[in-house]
Amino acid sequence: MRCGIIAQKLGMTRVFSADGDHVPVTVLRMDACQVVATRTLERDGYTAVQVGVGRAKVKNVTKPMRGHFAKARVEPKRKLAAFRVSPDALLEVGATISPDHFVAGQYVDVAGTSIGKGFAGAMKRHNFSGLGASHGVSLSHRAMGSTGQCQDPGKVFKGKKMPGHMGARRVTVQNLEVVEIDNDRGVIFVKGGVPGAKGGYVLVTDAKKRPLPEGAPYPGVVAAGEPDEAAPAEEASEAAADGPTEGDDPGAAGEPGEKA
Amino acid sequence: MNTIEEIERERIAERTKQRPIPEFAPGDTLRVKVKVVEGSRERIQAFEGVCIGRRNRGLNSSFTMRKISYGEGVERVFPLYSPRIEAIELVRRGDVRRAKLYYLRGLAGKRARIAEKTTGAKGKAAARDRAAAAKASGAKARTGKRA
Repeated sequence: MRCGIIAQKLGMTRVFSADGDHVPVTVLRMDACQVVATRTLERDGYTAVQVGVGRAKVKNVTKPMRGHFAKARVEPKRKLAAFRVSPDALLEVGATISPDHFVAGQYVDVAGTSIGKGFAGAMKRHNFSGLGASHGVSLSHRAMGSTGQCQDPGKVFKGKKMPGHMGARRVTVQNLEVVEIDNDRGVIFVKGGVPGAKGGYVLVTDAKKRPLPEGAPYPGVVAAGEPDEAAPAEEASEAAADGPTEGDDPGAAGEPGEKA
Repeated sequence: MNTIEEIERERIAERTKQRPIPEFAPGDTLRVKVKVVEGSRERIQAFEGVCIGRRNRGLNSSFTMRKISYGEGVERVFPLYSPRIEAIELVRRGDVRRAKLYYLRGLAGKRARIAEKTTGAKGKAAARDRAAAAKASGAKARTGKRA
C-alpha cells in the first residue's frame, strides 16, 4: 500500500482525448508535497507516512508545530495528513512527492470536505419528493410528509431521514481515473468531480478497489533537484547536509522493484 | 495567473494552431466539417447552416448551428475547440441585431432569411473577404488565360 498525497483542488476544466472525446477533469495541485514524519513498526507498532502540503507563514505556525517541521527539516506546511502504508512503502522524511507518483490511466480515491449546505430540508438533503404543487395542498409544498405509523409503533424510528445539517463532512469518491499529469506545474488531472470547494485540500490515494498499474513507482517518486527546493528555507547549510541522505533514496526505491 | 486559465490558454493556442478558427458571429452561414467515425473508417461530414449563437467560455466555448434538413429544422451544438471538427468555413456574413437567434426556430421559409451584412465592422470584414476572394479568383483567371 503506497502513500497518498494531499492536493489542492483548483477547479474543473476539460481535456480533449486523442480520439476527440472530451473528458471533464478536476485539476489538483500538489504544491511542495513533502514527507514530514513517519511511523515505524519498531517505534510505533504501525507504519504510516505523514505528508504536508502548501506553504504556511512561519508567524502563523505554533511553536510546537515549528519544532515538528524543524525536526523534518521542511518548510512549514499548510495542511498535514497521515496515510497508513505497508512497511516496504515507507518514504524518507523530507522527501518531496511529485505528481509522477501517479501514472496516467490509473485509478485513485479522492477524499475531501464537501461544500456545506447548512440546515437543509428533507427534499434537498434526502431527495424526498415533497408535497404536491396543487390538488388542494396549502402552505406546505416542500415538507417531508409523514414520519411514521400510528399508535402501534408509537414513535418515530431511529435513523428516520429528516431535515438537518447537510454537507461540510468528509466525503470519499472512489475510482476516479487519472487522465493526465503535468509535472512542471505540479498538477494532476482527475476525471470527474471531487468533493469540496475550489481551493480546498483533498487526499488522493491509490484506488482501494483496483489493482495498482504496472508502471506506478513503488514506494513513490522523489522529485529530482529536491535539495534545491529545501535551500530557500533558512537552514541552507542543513539542506546541504540533507543532500547525501536524499541521494540514498533512489537506491531504496530500487529495492522493492527487484523484489517484484 | 490562475493555473487553470494558464492551462486553458495553452490548449487553446495549441488547438487554434492546428485548426484556425475564422472570425464569425451569430447570423453567419458556416460550413462545419465534422469527422465522423463509422465502424473503423473515418470520413468528413459537412454541416452547413446558420450560426444562431455563440457561448464564450475559453476552452469550453461552443456555438450552435441551425439548418433545415429535408423540411425539418436541425440544431447542433459544436464545441469550438473540439478535435472532431476538421474545419470551420465562413460562407456568408449575416446582418442580425441579436446575439442569440432563437427566433428563427419559430420561422420557416422566406421569413427565416437573414440579410447579408454589408456595413459596419462586419460589413468591412465581409468586403475584405470578398476582395480577397476576387483577388484569388482573378489571379486564377489570369493564369487560366495564360494557359
